[in-house]
Amino acid sequence: MCRNDGDQGCGPDPGQPPDDDRTFAALLEDSVEDLYENAPCGYLSTLLDGQIAKVNTTLLDWLGYKRAELVGRRKFSDLLTTGGRLYHETHFAPLLRMQGKISGIALELRAADGSRMPVLVTSTVKSGSDGQPLLIRTTVFDARDRRAYEQELLRARQEAERERERLQQLATTLQRTLLPPAVGNVPGLDVAAYYHIASTDEVGGDFYDLFPLAAGTWGLFLGDVCGKGTEAAAVTSLARYTLRAAAVYDPDPAAVLSNLNTVLNHEYNGTDPRFCTVIFGLLTPDGDQGGFRIVLASGGHPPALLLRADGTADYLPTPGGQLIGVVPDADIATITFRLDPGDTLLLHTDGLTEAHTAVRGERYGDEALLDFVRALAPTTAQGTITAVRDLLGTLGTGVDDDTALLAVHVPRADGEEQQRARGTPARGAPPPAPSSR
Amino acid sequence: MDVRSRNQVRVSGQPGGAVVMLAHGFGCDQNLWRLVVPTLEREFTVVLFDHVGAGRSDLSAWSEDRYSGMDGYVDDVLEICRELDLGPVTFVGHSVSAMMGVLAAARHPEYFAGLVLLAPSPCFIDDPAAGYRGGFSAEDIEELLQSLDANYLGWSGAMAPVIMGNPERPELGQELTNSFCATDPEIARVFARVTFLSDNRADLAQVAVPTLVAQCSSDAIAPPEVGAFVQAQIKGSRLVTLNATGHCPQLSAPEETAQAIAAFARTLR
Repeated sequence: MCRNDGDQGCGPDPGQPPDDDRTFAALLEDSVEDLYENAPCGYLSTLLDGQIAKVNTTLLDWLGYKRAELVGRRKFSDLLTTGGRLYHETHFAPLLRMQGKISGIALELRAADGSRMPVLVTSTVKSGSDGQPLLIRTTVFDARDRRAYEQELLRARQEAERERERLQQLATTLQRTLLPPAVGNVPGLDVAAYYHIASTDEVGGDFYDLFPLAAGTWGLFLGDVCGKGTEAAAVTSLARYTLRAAAVYDPDPAAVLSNLNTVLNHEYNGTDPRFCTVIFGLLTPDGDQGGFRIVLASGGHPPALLLRADGTADYLPTPGGQLIGVVPDADIATITFRLDPGDTLLLHTDGLTEAHTAVRGERYGDEALLDFVRALAPTTAQGTITAVRDLLGTLGTGVDDDTALLAVHVPRADGEEQQRARGTPARGAPPPAPSSR
Repeated sequence: MDVRSRNQVRVSGQPGGAVVMLAHGFGCDQNLWRLVVPTLEREFTVVLFDHVGAGRSDLSAWSEDRYSGMDGYVDDVLEICRELDLGPVTFVGHSVSAMMGVLAAARHPEYFAGLVLLAPSPCFIDDPAAGYRGGFSAEDIEELLQSLDANYLGWSGAMAPVIMGNPERPELGQELTNSFCATDPEIARVFARVTFLSDNRADLAQVAVPTLVAQCSSDAIAPPEVGAFVQAQIKGSRLVTLNATGHCPQLSAPEETAQAIAAFARTLR
């Protein structure tokens, strides 16, 4: 500020009348004493043991005390709540001694009438000319509004946490309704399934089912809707009941997927295309030895894995199958094979093979999965699911998408199941050649 | 488990001298002793350490399971004694650590030449049925927890690795305001409960090593009658009342506190 009071080369502004006297007249009333007593914050000076030596009018007014009630009679910590006093003795006072100052500590003061006043406290140690600490100076700021605001924040955070819990519960419940409560009990077939939820906040788009069709045949499917959340859940729901109804109408797997393709095209044509990958299988009991003839149709889905009784394992390639729901006449790839006693068929979604491994940037991949199941075979449906579930556990947070697993296995004759002998002569059957429609 | 780095153990002073081991209480860390250490170092081997969860102890060693009661801390004290193998020590326990000394000496008296219980309280909560006045109620402790929540004192998840991860560069931590008392809020809550909700009155009678009870003339946390209670329960113990005020005589009257510790430790040779 430039005062018009001297020869500092700072003359009066030609455009401004010299009315500084009037401007600063008000300040003359603002004596140091008055500034201390009626400052917009509380002032407090205490001896080193906390004994109150001096206190300003502002603080006395806030707390409803008379000066004589505090000075020489009470300690600063006497003004605190009991919990605050514990905090003062264990944190505030030691830090103040060690650092010579402490600032912005949230405490509550007790007023004469017993009410509490939230404050922010800052203290400094004033030393004498010999460097020895003499007294403690403390400023006290009214934090009532601030504390109310902080409590509002805290309340909002707690509410958000409750809402998040509710959302997770809702997502989990919705997820469960999209999966069968239990996969069907098929005579002569051992079945196991698992659904790995990557995020409890969102409903994933994977689905599967196994259900009876006419004359001892069974249908099974496993699929993955593109996307997540409620939109994906709606498509999942539509896909599930369409697949089941279509299979009753015409159980040929390629026809089932074609019908699903048509339904999705009709439902989501134009602006908001929705699509999925699905593998659909028709299981027919085959022969007296046990075992099933299986026709699998795939619409852009990762190939199924066959874990044979002889300990070998391979993908069942279904190349050329297109995503379901994208184009009006999607190509569907089918493959026909036998599931003999001791064999296990594993269907999976790509949450598993797309999982990030500990190696930076690398995905788990199809090759690794094939090696994994080769080491596993021969095994049972539950054995397969348990092993792959453990694998997902090992991959941990690397699995960032939901993963559905469905395994079916034809048990061998009684007692043979336990042997799981690797040395049994290989039947040497290569995977059957795929056909395309 | 490297006990020395887990508890940030520091040994200084006279090699071969009688050993004085200083244990800090709830709130801050071993820095609380820094004003008494120079006096003690002239005559004794001085052992300083941080309780796990405090100061620059190894936070990864902390688990709620181990440290939600006194026993985990007592185990640590005994492990430090074993690890250093310096012979019987004069254990100086401030506040809650005084009771850790009591429990440790009851279990392994052979590790201890004597105990100095500085501003001790075996039980902070009033027990009207037994005519015992600790000075606080359970609600007061809840209020303390609220104060802890309202003041994270320089603690932030982002800074913790800087403080904890650079033991070879302690100046990084020193520069942080309030770092002496910076504690992970989760750990502070658990330690506050251990400190203020434990009741070790019955353990006092188990102490069979020479004991000095040193209380302050005016202490809002451990009032004089509590010091008198402790002295009455420990057979053969002595009570001194320091002129020091407050709960931390090692800060408010370091010379007087150091002299009281030194005088007692000398009688144990």
